[in-house]
Amino acid sequence: MAEMMYWEGLRRAHDEEMTRDPLVICMGEDIGVAGGTYKATKDLYEKFGEKRVMDTPISEGGYTGLGIGASFIGIRPIIEIMSVNFAWLAMDQMFNSAAKVRYMSGGQLTAPCVFRSAGGAAHQLGAQHSARMEKVFMGVAGLRVVTPSNPKQAYGMLKSAVRSDDPVFIYEHELMYNMKGEIPDEEYFHPLEGSEVTRSGADVTLFGYNISVHWCLKAAEILEKQHGISAEVVDLYALAPLDRAGIKKSISKTHRAVIAEEDEAPVGVGSEIIAIINEECFFELDAAPVRVHSALVPQPYNHTLEKAAIPDHQDVVNAVLKMFGKA
Amino acid sequence: MTLDDKKRVLREMVLHRRFEERCYQAYIERKIGGFLHLYPGQEACCNGVMEAARPGHDYVITGYRDHVHAIKCGTDPKVVMAELYGKETGCSKGRGGSMHVFDVAHRFMGGYALVGGPFPLAAGIAKGIQMKGGDEISICFLGDAANNQGVFHETLNMAKVWNLPVLFVCENNQYGIGTSIQRSTAVLDQYKRACAYNIEAAQCDGQDIDTVYEYAKTAVDYVRSGKGPYFLELMTYRYRGHSMSDSRGYRSREEEEEWKLRDPINILRDKLIAAGALSMDEFTAIEKATDDYIENDVMKFAEESPEPNVADLEKYVLA
Repeated sequence: MAEMMYWEGLRRAHDEEMTRDPLVICMGEDIGVAGGTYKATKDLYEKFGEKRVMDTPISEGGYTGLGIGASFIGIRPIIEIMSVNFAWLAMDQMFNSAAKVRYMSGGQLTAPCVFRSAGGAAHQLGAQHSARMEKVFMGVAGLRVVTPSNPKQAYGMLKSAVRSDDPVFIYEHELMYNMKGEIPDEEYFHPLEGSEVTRSGADVTLFGYNISVHWCLKAAEILEKQHGISAEVVDLYALAPLDRAGIKKSISKTHRAVIAEEDEAPVGVGSEIIAIINEECFFELDAAPVRVHSALVPQPYNHTLEKAAIPDHQDVVNAVLKMFGKA
Repeated sequence: MTLDDKKRVLREMVLHRRFEERCYQAYIERKIGGFLHLYPGQEACCNGVMEAARPGHDYVITGYRDHVHAIKCGTDPKVVMAELYGKETGCSKGRGGSMHVFDVAHRFMGGYALVGGPFPLAAGIAKGIQMKGGDEISICFLGDAANNQGVFHETLNMAKVWNLPVLFVCENNQYGIGTSIQRSTAVLDQYKRACAYNIEAAQCDGQDIDTVYEYAKTAVDYVRSGKGPYFLELMTYRYRGHSMSDSRGYRSREEEEEWKLRDPINILRDKLIAAGALSMDEFTAIEKATDDYIENDVMKFAEESPEPNVADLEKYVLA
């Protein structure tokens, strides 16, 4: 086991997959000579050359579509979209071409490409560089959406995504690239479906994904130590397809749910999970499920307002206490 | 092209024309649903280019007016018609319909219903060819209106930067849905727009297949020899509306009749007759045989094919 940072896990996955298969390429803005904004492709240009590590023009719709087209004939592109805010420009190709082509061709064509993008509010990046939008991607038929919450997942998911015959969107977080964690020395493939019980508990399930898993873990600790409430934390690392069985299993155990998301609430991950809970295990509930989410505002630049717009572990604690009549 | 080649192409063009006209009829009879975009008038474009290229070997991608392109690549007309009927035997198993004809075995990489969408996909296929080192080229057929999309510019830029083996064929039929190019587009000569990206380009008559073939040969050879992308503009006209819901109120019947004087099938037919390679009776016989084939084989197959199984509704979403 080696300790690595999130970006190093991604870099290692790129390197291993590109070494294994000459048809694996990566492409995106500044990923080559400049080494990548978040370093996920650092030094790969020197190792694999410009034909396989492609510095693209700033043309998200165009180069995303180009990567998809290449995947039609067996190339395995890893397409980096520097910030998920820019993915709006690429969504036409992601949704209308990559996600639909298998279905509308009757299974003849697949788009086995990987889209990687950084989302989330970082430090005062303002409205046009702080988007989340995972809710937009998870509702698209034909697209897999995964979102690693630690370096091991980042490494293992990228490797699995490269080998998947489906288009996979990997939603990363700008604040997590320097997070450290253990990654196995041997090759590791993380599943692209399912969920993980990160902490076992009895009284309430805290559902998180990506950065909000860490709020949930911190909240669970506080709840246990200060309030005697035993919280289970479920990491929904796959947002599409969602693990209905895993959600049901945990609710059947704890009978209560709080969903923590950094995205805004309307038609979000939380809404979807609550709908699933209602559909799958409504009569097992001891309390109405609750969402913890961002305010519905374009992300403010001002630091105080920025913090107020985004939830954290304390908001998760407060939601649980309210649910238990303790706040 | 030899005279024999030309006679074969004439037969194919008659098939393409009659196939599309039969689609029109089936649509009126409500046998075909959705949107239906037909190709009569533009036959010399696809045929001329693909005669210069290698159907079934070179990759072809296009927009929603896609039936003839698929058939030219080698797709059985029966499975194209079955697709329009939404049947399980259709080339896209009834999941695609008229605008999403696919036949990967013949390297027909599909029809796409979003204007301009195929531009980057075509360049991506070219990137794949470049990486794999094959001698195929990627051919992207789209109409003139697609060139006003952002991805047109993004793709031409990337195609040149990376020297990709892609041939853009602009079938300039003068209309984007019901809006004349005169009213929508600042630069009327589409080939001139390629100059902005330092891409080789040419414009020619799209009604005379000999001319199309000659220009396409130059373009195809250029791309196949590794010199990079090429943009070919073919001046043409569609006889029918954009789709079936279009009564063509935006243009005059005089304009339509004027274009029909330069019908691509008649031009080729008359040249073959003048060369002594074809008689009018022979041509009439070709038309009759084509109609019989479409009725007895193509339509019968589509009519008698089974519907997809509802239990398979979610098949083909994920691998």
